[in-house]
Amino acid sequence: MTSNWPILSTLIWLPIFGAVVVLAAGEHRAALSRVLALIVAGLTFLLSISLFTGFDTSTAAMQFSELKPWIETFHINYALGVDGFSVPLILLTTFFGVLVVIAGWEVITDKVHQYMACFLLMEGLMVGVFAALDAMLFYAFFEAMLIPMFLVIGIWGGPNKVYATIKFFLYTFLGSVFMLISLIYLYLQSGTWSILEWHQFPLALNVQKWLFLGFLAAFSVKIPMWPVHTWLPDAHVEAPTGGSVILAAIMLKIGGYGFIRFSLPVTPDAAAALDWLIIALSLIAVVYIGFVALVQEDMKKLIAYSSISHMGFVTLGMFIAFGVFQNTDSGRGAALGVEGAMVQMISHGFISGALFLCVGVLYDRVHSRMIKDYGGVAHKMPWFAALAVLFFMANSGLPGTSGFVGEFMVILAAFQANFWYAFLAALTLILGAAYSLWLVKRVIFGKVANNDVAMLEDINAREALVLGVLAVAVLLVGLWPAPLVDLMHASVDSLLQHIQQPKTVLLGGQ
Amino acid sequence: MTRMDFLLIAPELWVVTMTCVILFVDLFLKEERRAIVYLLAMVTLVFAAIITLRFDYGGDPTASAFAFNGSFVRDQMGDMLKLFSYFVLAMVFIYAKFFLRQSRMFRADFYTLSLEALLGIMLLISANNLVMVYLGLELLALASYTLVAYDRDSAKGSEAAMKYFVLGSMASGILLYGMSMIYGATGTLDLVAISEAVRVSGSDDIMLVFGLVFLVVGLAFKFGAVPFHMWVPDVYEGAPVSTTLFISSVPKMAAFAMAFRLLQTGLGDLQSDWMQMLSLLAVLSIVFGNLAAIAQTNIKRMLAYSTIGHMGFVLMGLLPGTAESYGAGMFYVIVYALMSAAAFGMVIMLSARGVEAENLDDFKGLNRRNSWYAAIMAMVMFSMAGVPVFVGFFAKWLVIQAALNAGLVWLAIIAVVFSVIGAFYYIRVVKLMYFDEPITEAPIDAPVDFRAAISLNGVIMLGLGIFSGSLIQICMSSFGA
Repeated sequence: MTSNWPILSTLIWLPIFGAVVVLAAGEHRAALSRVLALIVAGLTFLLSISLFTGFDTSTAAMQFSELKPWIETFHINYALGVDGFSVPLILLTTFFGVLVVIAGWEVITDKVHQYMACFLLMEGLMVGVFAALDAMLFYAFFEAMLIPMFLVIGIWGGPNKVYATIKFFLYTFLGSVFMLISLIYLYLQSGTWSILEWHQFPLALNVQKWLFLGFLAAFSVKIPMWPVHTWLPDAHVEAPTGGSVILAAIMLKIGGYGFIRFSLPVTPDAAAALDWLIIALSLIAVVYIGFVALVQEDMKKLIAYSSISHMGFVTLGMFIAFGVFQNTDSGRGAALGVEGAMVQMISHGFISGALFLCVGVLYDRVHSRMIKDYGGVAHKMPWFAALAVLFFMANSGLPGTSGFVGEFMVILAAFQANFWYAFLAALTLILGAAYSLWLVKRVIFGKVANNDVAMLEDINAREALVLGVLAVAVLLVGLWPAPLVDLMHASVDSLLQHIQQPKTVLLGGQ
Repeated sequence: MTRMDFLLIAPELWVVTMTCVILFVDLFLKEERRAIVYLLAMVTLVFAAIITLRFDYGGDPTASAFAFNGSFVRDQMGDMLKLFSYFVLAMVFIYAKFFLRQSRMFRADFYTLSLEALLGIMLLISANNLVMVYLGLELLALASYTLVAYDRDSAKGSEAAMKYFVLGSMASGILLYGMSMIYGATGTLDLVAISEAVRVSGSDDIMLVFGLVFLVVGLAFKFGAVPFHMWVPDVYEGAPVSTTLFISSVPKMAAFAMAFRLLQTGLGDLQSDWMQMLSLLAVLSIVFGNLAAIAQTNIKRMLAYSTIGHMGFVLMGLLPGTAESYGAGMFYVIVYALMSAAAFGMVIMLSARGVEAENLDDFKGLNRRNSWYAAIMAMVMFSMAGVPVFVGFFAKWLVIQAALNAGLVWLAIIAVVFSVIGAFYYIRVVKLMYFDEPITEAPIDAPVDFRAAISLNGVIMLGLGIFSGSLIQICMSSFGA
């Protein structure tokens, strides 16, 4: 493969055209559409590895860049490129692209071709979100992604799917239109849609604050933050397993990625001025939503609330940077926070994806997600139990798993900003352990609860493969996070340097 | 009158000639050979397009050429709108043929009346003189009234036609009254001369402003903007769907051109006055149209209220009065005509055996019955809702950007919030098609030209979205933006 091969475009359009081909396979050739989808997703994943191997970790500059004019009248370009923030997320996306195809292999029997096409389409669009360097292109991918997810939840979802999917669609749509206004305003001021040029574009503080709030509306719904999280438990509960996995593993990360790509570098002074807001909301998410998770009776709902709580760590890690700058001279603490947030995103991708798959395994057999319908699963499904316990342990932040690394880094960084931030954030180690382990106790251990559980069969090779791969990933990131951190090191340093320079200064008179 | 005058008006002359030819030919046609009328009508449109395209401006997109002592104008905006009128009307003819055949109304009248309406549209687009505006408008309106009453045995249709006629005549009267005041204030009917007269005499003439008010009211009625929208849902519902298809799509482009010529070419110096009026109309239309559409169970009424909302966006494109905003409005109205044609085309497709698919529930389970048509309707709905990368999004984006550029932040925020609210009833149609079980398993059957046209129309939603650059460029350059 030559060096000027448009690898990012390939990663975006291969799954999208793959989706068209799968659709063309038709309803009556389910086996063919499964195989086609697997080939496309597999090929995309293999190609995406070249991003990792060919990535130069010594620079924060955009790599694998592509640039073509799109709508010339308004200076919109088809501009792609990746840095240390986007490469791990793209890899996560293509990785899960393969897993969800395998996870839906036998489970989905109705309209298989449309199911597979929706997931391939989503994969391409999500890679597009992470690779776009033009704000209009970013917005187009960001919004278009809603359509396949809307269909996935609505067609293959649970009993209350229509309510859940319309709520999901409208909630995220409402958030993102405010971002659109911010984007258009930035274009009108700067005359360009290039996100990187916006990073350098000087803006007055009050303007920055409004723009920041516009971005916040979109990303806080997406990630989601308390109190705009209510769509997530509904969507998760009603979505089919594959939908929940993609939602938790990738889509939520797009919110976090948006903060890193837009909120922090485009409006750094507003971010510094309003960091108390984000930190407060993050801590409420970590603590309050942690308690909410504790009382859930539905396994998927519990994992959904746990996701919101963990995403609180991501936003916390990103926005404590300003507090750290005030207290310390070196930027090391701040870097720890942002890197911790990134690691937490990747790790939560693996863990939450795995947890939803575990619930999916049980649901496919018993057709219930209620905790009370289970008990003593370990007796009948020892292999499954071993893996599930590992994932729940990782979810509660057990050292040695990926869940520990990110949380620990963020808590360490939080100490340098404010003791109480760290104290409240650290509560999650107790709360996370409480709701995760209590669930394990009630579902996995104990006596065999009822006939349904007594009839359970252990995971088959397909399920073992999916969960096994994820277990390896969770342990790998937990024991040896260095390659992942190295990948983003240069980008984090450059971001932190950038946000320390007030943009308002450049305006001179103001 | 010179040769040049006739050269400029050649497309109109061609359409009027062919309308007479079709009327005449039809006298000698037997029932089973009626398709010849349809073919002739299509030929008319194709050649009208060729004739329109043959005129050369020498490469300047903002150039205009005048005929008949300045009462008729050709420019790039007008030509583009005419070309899209032919294209959308061709779609309308194809969709309508299927419906008219099934409901045993396949007569030549539909085609001759539509072509007459097209002539009105073309004159309206090119009118540069108050009398010409009125002539074009009345030609369009009279043909439309008749088309609404096309199904003569339908009481509902006759009622709708009567309502449309009475209200439409009143609006025409109001418009005419406004025109007479403007004539009184400026002493001329020519729009360019009016603009000069206003510049000389100043814009604080009370008679002029009163004239403007009446003019805007007349325009608002033609757009169907709130609070002059009462006729829209009733006419859409009462008219046969083939007529609704027509009046919801092509005439909107003429309304845009008429508004541009009257307000910008003629009364551009009163921009601060008409901007306030249009702001009110735009906001009310966007708010009320989108809210009322939610409550509808009849698809034609739902699309009627959706039209009202969309026309609010077009008005929003007009009101900042900048070159960029006119370009945005023009893009919006073209896109809207294409979307509306596709939506009603789908309604026709589901109308089995001449019974109109009136209710939203007729869309239930369409994905199970035929996933390709469901995908087309889904694309149209997402496009109307303004979800990227469908073309409807780019239309909304341009209009909102023009408003923001003019400093109208509050208007932009109202527009985006209500487009989210509007998204609800569009995705509800998607929900019916994809998430619900069908009420009938009857296979969907349509002639091959219908299937080709609706497929093309659906693919345009996506294709024109992804490759929106060139159409945006054309619309913007027409106004020198």
